[in-house]
Amino acid sequence: MNTPVWPLLLGRFEWRDLPFVRAILDPSASNLVGAFAGGLVVVGAIVVALVLTRYGKWRYLWSEWLTSLDHKKIGILYIALAFVMLSRALVEAVLMRGQQAVAINTPGFLTPDHFGELFSTHGSIMIFFMAMPFLTGLINFVMPLQIGARDMAFPWANSVALWLTAGGAGLMMASLIVGQFSTGGWTGYPPFTEVAFSPDVGPDYWIWAVSLGSIGSTMAGINIACTLYKQRAPGMAFMAMPLFCWTSLCTAILMIFAMPPLTVATALLALDRYLGFHMFTNDLGGNMMNYANLFWLFGHPEVYILILPAFGVYSEVVSTFSTKELYGYTSLVLATMVIAVLSFTVWVHHFFTMGQSANLNAVFGIATMTIGVPTGVKIYDWIWTMFRGEVRFTVPMLYALAFMMTFVLGGFTGILLAMPPLDYLVHNTLFLVAHFHNMLIPGLLYGMLAGYHYWFPKAFGFRLDEKWGRIAFTCWVVGFYLAFMPLYVLGASGMARRTHEIFDPSFRPWLYVAMAGAGVLFCALGSLFVQLVVSIRNRDALRVFAGDPWDGRTLEWSIASPPPEYNFAVVPNVDGRDIFYRRKHAEHQAPPYAEPYAYEDIVMPRNSASGVAIGVFAAVSAFGLIWHMWWLGVAGAVVGIAALVTRSFGRDQHRILLAADVAREDRRWRAALAEARSISRHTEMTTANQGLAER
Amino acid sequence: MSKTATEIEQPDAEQDDTALFGFWIFLMSDAVIFALLFATYGTMTQATAGGPTAAAEFKLVPTFIETLLLLTSSATFGRASVAMKYDEPRRVLFFWLFVTLGLGLVFLGFEAKDFADMFADGAYPSRSGFLSAFFALVPLHGLHVVAGCFWLIVMIVQVRVIGLDRRVKLNLLRLGLFWHFLDVVWIAIFSVVYLGGHIA
Repeated sequence: MNTPVWPLLLGRFEWRDLPFVRAILDPSASNLVGAFAGGLVVVGAIVVALVLTRYGKWRYLWSEWLTSLDHKKIGILYIALAFVMLSRALVEAVLMRGQQAVAINTPGFLTPDHFGELFSTHGSIMIFFMAMPFLTGLINFVMPLQIGARDMAFPWANSVALWLTAGGAGLMMASLIVGQFSTGGWTGYPPFTEVAFSPDVGPDYWIWAVSLGSIGSTMAGINIACTLYKQRAPGMAFMAMPLFCWTSLCTAILMIFAMPPLTVATALLALDRYLGFHMFTNDLGGNMMNYANLFWLFGHPEVYILILPAFGVYSEVVSTFSTKELYGYTSLVLATMVIAVLSFTVWVHHFFTMGQSANLNAVFGIATMTIGVPTGVKIYDWIWTMFRGEVRFTVPMLYALAFMMTFVLGGFTGILLAMPPLDYLVHNTLFLVAHFHNMLIPGLLYGMLAGYHYWFPKAFGFRLDEKWGRIAFTCWVVGFYLAFMPLYVLGASGMARRTHEIFDPSFRPWLYVAMAGAGVLFCALGSLFVQLVVSIRNRDALRVFAGDPWDGRTLEWSIASPPPEYNFAVVPNVDGRDIFYRRKHAEHQAPPYAEPYAYEDIVMPRNSASGVAIGVFAAVSAFGLIWHMWWLGVAGAVVGIAALVTRSFGRDQHRILLAADVAREDRRWRAALAEARSISRHTEMTTANQGLAER
Repeated sequence: MSKTATEIEQPDAEQDDTALFGFWIFLMSDAVIFALLFATYGTMTQATAGGPTAAAEFKLVPTFIETLLLLTSSATFGRASVAMKYDEPRRVLFFWLFVTLGLGLVFLGFEAKDFADMFADGAYPSRSGFLSAFFALVPLHGLHVVAGCFWLIVMIVQVRVIGLDRRVKLNLLRLGLFWHFLDVVWIAIFSVVYLGGHIA
């Protein structure tokens, strides 16, 4: 069991790399958990395949979704990926909380290595395969609609970026079935992740999964930035863009500049591991501090890549549901830009304790505190937007409110951590874990969920169930406070993060509370899935085909829900912010929903399988490299490059939608619009809502 | 007003503009990668671990020839671009593209020889942090040139098979940007790594 099975073909694969074999050889709780997780992935994949076959949906899935270059479908696929990965990583969090709650002066039910894998996969997934796909998907879906565009600037590159990210996520899932994951945390710090200390496949899984995600995100960033620079509807000046577009732009710029450092860090670590380089080793002149700098040169801007899109969502949501123009639009734009720039000036605060001079720490500490200023500006702007507005407490608005209060708390602890002397005391403790969850759960997850609820009717044509939305919201908020407030106490008392076994019984009550919190968070996720099922069942009652369920302000609400493939039958002319709202409420000379004088043929990209091929074969190649199956590594790369070259030779890659068909579809919607009963804002949460706001 | 099939295959000038703009952004992102590798190299020049040093290993004559080769290839690519722009006879375009490809390949040959000499001298990446940083930076540029040559071959085939439609033209323009970008990076490598190695 401890020798490679067939090295020429299977590289360094051994039978005990299968979690099932490990569980049979040694049926400990830890191994059983591992085998169960691996089994779940296998069974899940088989069930999905069987269901698709049973209902004959393979062709539909392939031609309507997987190979589509439609930005809306790509966006939805990103978000579906995010939910799958969120489920896994949240279960891992529950397992970790469970382990720490029981492992007080006993070893608990997980082995130290298994625990190490869990915190590594939890972090890596939440950042790279939950947060990144979620926000990229949301931007993909919403942003072109908001700027009056028919697609992204590079629809095909969009598909490649999606499938590279999905390939990385696939590697994360593969690590459950064969081999084990890194125990080096989501940051993968060498020298621990070097061959000398981690000779197994774990760090290689981490390197390649993260690298694929990183390259995908760089491509997505280029695409988003180009779209915003070049594809805006006629007349839409930069300062007329909805705020979500501004935060998307800043996020995209950060992706373009901040993902390369990650790619460099993981590539150099790969050189160390595969070719015996000494970039970050302990001996022969390697210097791990270079890794720390490279990684956090990515890592800190990454925080703002994650948070800025959520800020954009909140800006839209608060303005819409307060029935008021966004307060301080210009200051919000400037604050977003300032945050984006400052995010490159603070990375050293992630390693204050690693030996640089006190003066250098002081500079970075002060820079860190400075970021609190533009963030504070934003919070005040949102509060002033609500002030004297007609606030409706819909689910997205509830998330926005929970965010404002919770995020400010997290911000305060951030200011504490920004002081190097204080950071020395709580560095590497649960205080830090509490802090960054306190930023990222409200600052990313709540924002994404608010966006999910807000734009779901736009994407699918029916609203999400309100009751289950509120239950899920309550669970996310209560669960968050229960799970993470105790960690502040524990961290301040000196409990180190990533601890497998605890030796201080006085921590017990706090760990129990945190465990309960994790349980509530698990219920929150469950409620979201229940909500989805309930909403799909009730979709006829929840239908909002007319397209404007929330008395929306921006262009995406001026078209049908779901929008046609080409978004706008006629590209709109824009002359300022909140154009759709001003037209509806007679603050503008033109009426809303004006019928176009003439329809034109529309050119849209055809589907392409090459994006899927490139992503899948990149992952196959990476899998070969992870297992030292060199033939597979080469073969995957060759096929991937061949797909790229083939695509460049292809010509007939667009199709024309005839003006007559566009007109027919548009008129069908206009007929429904004329029949729909308009509703007042107060009844928008009821089934009276058909997507036409009262004027 | 319906468009013909050839018209839609020929994206309009605005889309070309967007496509080139996107490629500029990609190059900027790629430049960040090189900048970081330069910075990393800069911190590791002293980490020789008792092994070969820069002054002993870096040969200025061959690298100067490599510089000339690459600079010339940029000029010849420029000439090819001019031939494309003014619709000169196809053979002129092919001639300059092939000259560019040849110069790129000769450059790669010289560079491979440099690396082989270094290996023979005991200066291989696993010897020291300094050599690791060198072999992370300079061969990455070489890999870019390999990719550029491969792309050039693909484009030569496309000009032959498809002709100069707008997409082929666009991709030749992008390749041109890429090729000139590699020149700029090489100048930085020659100045910082090779000349710098001798000054220090």
